[in-house]
Amino acid sequence: MLQQVLAVTLMNLRAVPQRLGASMVIVIGIAGVVGVMVALLSMAKGFQATLNSTGRPDRVIVLRGGANDELSSVLFREQATIIKQAPGVRQGIDGRPLALAEVYILAGLPRKGQTDPANVVLRGTEPHVLEVRSETKLVEGRMFRPGVYEVVVGRGARDQFAGMELGGKLPLRDGDWTIVGFFESGGDVHESELWTDAETLMQAAKRGAPTSVTAQLESEQDFDRFKDALTTDPRLNAGVQKEPDYYSSRSKALNGLINGLGYTVAVIMAIGALFGALNTMYAAVSTRTVEIATLRAIGFGGAPVVVSVMIEAMLLSLAGGVLGAAIAYVVFNGYSVSTLNFQTFSQVAFAFQVTPDLLRQGVTWALLIGAIGGFFPALKAARLPVVEALRGSA
Amino acid sequence: MSEAIVRLRGVRKSYTRGKQTVEVLESLDLDIARGDFLALMGPSGSGKTTLLNLIGGLDRPTTGSVDVAGERIDQLSSGQLAQWRARHVGFVFQFYNLMPMLNAERNVELPLLLTRLPAADRMRRVRVALEIVGLGERGGHKPSELSGGQAQRVAIARALVADPTLLVCDEPTGDLDRKTADEILHLLQALNREYGKTIVMVTHDPKAAEFATHQLHMDKGRLVETVAHS
Amino acid sequence: MKYFPLVWSALWRKKPRTIFTMLSIVVAFLLFGMLQAVAQSMTQSVQISGADRLFTAGKFSFTEILPLGYYARIKSTPGVQLASHASWFGGVYQNERNFFGQFAVDHETYLDVYTDLIVSEEARRAWARNKTGALVGSGLAKKFGWKVGDRIPIQAAIWPKRDGRNDWEFDVVGLIDGQDEASQAQADVLLFRFDYFDEARQFGQGYVGWYLEKIADPAQAATIAAAIDRQFANSPKETRTDSEKAFNQAFMKQMGDIQLIVRSILGAVFFTLLFLTGNTMMQSVRERIPELAVLKTIGFSDPSVLALVLAESLLLCLIAALAGLGAASIMMPGLAAKMPGLEMGAEVWLMGLGLAAVLAAIVGFLPAWRAMRLDIVNALSAH
Repeated sequence: MLQQVLAVTLMNLRAVPQRLGASMVIVIGIAGVVGVMVALLSMAKGFQATLNSTGRPDRVIVLRGGANDELSSVLFREQATIIKQAPGVRQGIDGRPLALAEVYILAGLPRKGQTDPANVVLRGTEPHVLEVRSETKLVEGRMFRPGVYEVVVGRGARDQFAGMELGGKLPLRDGDWTIVGFFESGGDVHESELWTDAETLMQAAKRGAPTSVTAQLESEQDFDRFKDALTTDPRLNAGVQKEPDYYSSRSKALNGLINGLGYTVAVIMAIGALFGALNTMYAAVSTRTVEIATLRAIGFGGAPVVVSVMIEAMLLSLAGGVLGAAIAYVVFNGYSVSTLNFQTFSQVAFAFQVTPDLLRQGVTWALLIGAIGGFFPALKAARLPVVEALRGSA
Repeated sequence: MSEAIVRLRGVRKSYTRGKQTVEVLESLDLDIARGDFLALMGPSGSGKTTLLNLIGGLDRPTTGSVDVAGERIDQLSSGQLAQWRARHVGFVFQFYNLMPMLNAERNVELPLLLTRLPAADRMRRVRVALEIVGLGERGGHKPSELSGGQAQRVAIARALVADPTLLVCDEPTGDLDRKTADEILHLLQALNREYGKTIVMVTHDPKAAEFATHQLHMDKGRLVETVAHS
Repeated sequence: MKYFPLVWSALWRKKPRTIFTMLSIVVAFLLFGMLQAVAQSMTQSVQISGADRLFTAGKFSFTEILPLGYYARIKSTPGVQLASHASWFGGVYQNERNFFGQFAVDHETYLDVYTDLIVSEEARRAWARNKTGALVGSGLAKKFGWKVGDRIPIQAAIWPKRDGRNDWEFDVVGLIDGQDEASQAQADVLLFRFDYFDEARQFGQGYVGWYLEKIADPAQAATIAAAIDRQFANSPKETRTDSEKAFNQAFMKQMGDIQLIVRSILGAVFFTLLFLTGNTMMQSVRERIPELAVLKTIGFSDPSVLALVLAESLLLCLIAALAGLGAASIMMPGLAAKMPGLEMGAEVWLMGLGLAAVLAAIVGFLPAWRAMRLDIVNALSAH
């Protein structure tokens, strides 16, 4: 049996170069599908990674009760102070609470190669921000100073917007602001932002109140204690969320769109490629009618014919799958893009992540398409009426 | 023997295969009279199909003139030749060469598509042609549903339908058994006798040639002898 | 037309192959229809926004708020026929998924600036009488089952009321219709009165979101915009005025890379398809060489054989494109539930069919050329 399969498979494979054009249909068709699929899913993966790495469960963000996001939230100064001193907030080395009263506004800057401004988040924070958001570190330059128009720029924003260099001037509010440093925060959404001093920004933007407070808790277990203290305080009307909950809720729609787009397109394309594979394999079988009938006449069974046709289809698909995955990897891995998160009205930058898992997924799909695309033609080949086929009239 | 409808003078045809030049026809003169049924015979490679292609306007001679119904077809461009064939020549092939996806009527109609006839007229003529070849009933059948003899009759109807000056047949019975072949030859003979069609037929079957009014034998690109018959 | 049976029969010469090829084209056009509809709906607001409307927002971001005091100065700027203003309310009806636009507007002028919003005289009068009255898009009314006379609760996300609570309520006094179905999505908003808003909110009194100006001569748009901005230059709240169209375009451009990605996907899909279909056509012509030779023998000219093969390719692509676009339009309502305003307009159909024709020309050309150049004598003797 195995010998028969081997013999028929070898015969089939030897014929592939003669039918290079038609065989390439499978290879290229599937390479296209797998390439697009892996690219789209790596986009979704990259976006997901950006979200997942944003925030830590033992950190909280406090907005005005009822506000969905920082853009729509307003806290009063005295409320911010009360929140920072609430129980459960960790103390820094200097004894001050590890909490930030921040102001979140949008600025318009042109993206690279464009003239129309796109929305970028300008976050007014406090000088000890690196202690609170401990995953963040400056990679170039220095921190902003309070009282002067200075900003530090996240890595994602640096890659996406024009004019991002040390010493560069950006017209953000009330004149130009100088870029004094660049920061990284592990690829999270803050990397798409510009940071400066909250007090300075509030004065420049003629804004009297901060937007939110972000605080580092003693531990994740202190969340309820902290939340209860705030929600029962009559001076406050506070909405308290763990950071990961908040950030993932802010990107739900975009995340859904990217994922939905990726999978819908991939599934539809796979169906299209399946038809291409069926076509090619039917043609491959029909040009080989006489050979197959001869083998059957000599005494080969039907099963080896089925198996060998499927092996051929799957080998061609495998080649296509590997090619497509390779192209997706070379072209897209680490490719960084930015788009408008329509829930926050601001640009978010993220990088495509072509993970080994996605590559495996792509190749699996290719094999699946090959198996289905080969099965029906294989069945047809095995069922050929031997006598008529030998005469070449079937 | 009245006027010649086909007149070949000094016709030579050669092909170049690689560096070699192969002379297929050598300085050939031939007259075919209107109303004639000519059988061209000879071993394979003797040049009979090439000669037939020249007469049918499928090919042009290397030198010499081919005059059909008063027109120098060797001087026509390939586009003009196509138009000329549509008007003047009906072809019948050994393997029928019907369009497998079209039914008999649609196959017969093909040459009429090149005329300005309206659809109703085309259908009427198709029916007449199918009647003539004795297949009035089978117009709706696809070639795969017809026997070899029937398929060849459809092919003959297709050749006839535009009322061409000349019927050109290349081994029309080569793929048929004796009995069917004879039926087809009788049909051709009837077309020649009753409708006055001029027919040029290539065959290697002496029995088939007997149905013709004249036979010409070819060998190595030359006409060998002319045998008058009936 | 008389050649149709010939072309049609050639197309179906090998049924499974034609069907499979068609299905892959159908799939491509299904994708095209869906993705293009998405892209189109993103730019739709751009097309509807009038060229005779200017939009004045904060210089640095459209989210900056502007003093109400600018209103009089904007109204009296030469060239401005009529001005109005609006503020983004951003509240939540029942839950965040039921998103729609809510604006606090100057009810005396807003509908005169937005003449493309259709509101009955009766509703206008009712709105003028009722301070807490609101107009709602007829699409929203249908979706949420609102009727005139209903009182609808909205939770504020940005603007609490004076007592710090988020519960706002509005009386539905009338419906807003779009000019046609395509612009209904633009009309599906909730408009309520600024005087009520400003009085009832906790903070931000005396500020509005943005100003709108209707101008007499669209050709003067740039000059008038500059004149408006000049009045507020070097003030604490500088402005940026642009035509509404330019503003919307800039906003849509922010989708930036997503649109690029959608275009790249379609590019990859069609490149793959080109290869698949081209190969099928080539195969089909190769098999038909004797038949094509016979057609030529009968007297079909070279160009007409070329035309026959191209017509076949066109038929293949058009049928499949129609099926694909049809399937996409059937799926539209389902998608529109997730993405309001999503619709496959006539342009998508036209673009799709145009694309099908181009595809047909590209994949058909090589086989058609080959058929045209076919040498009868060789093709017949190769039998």
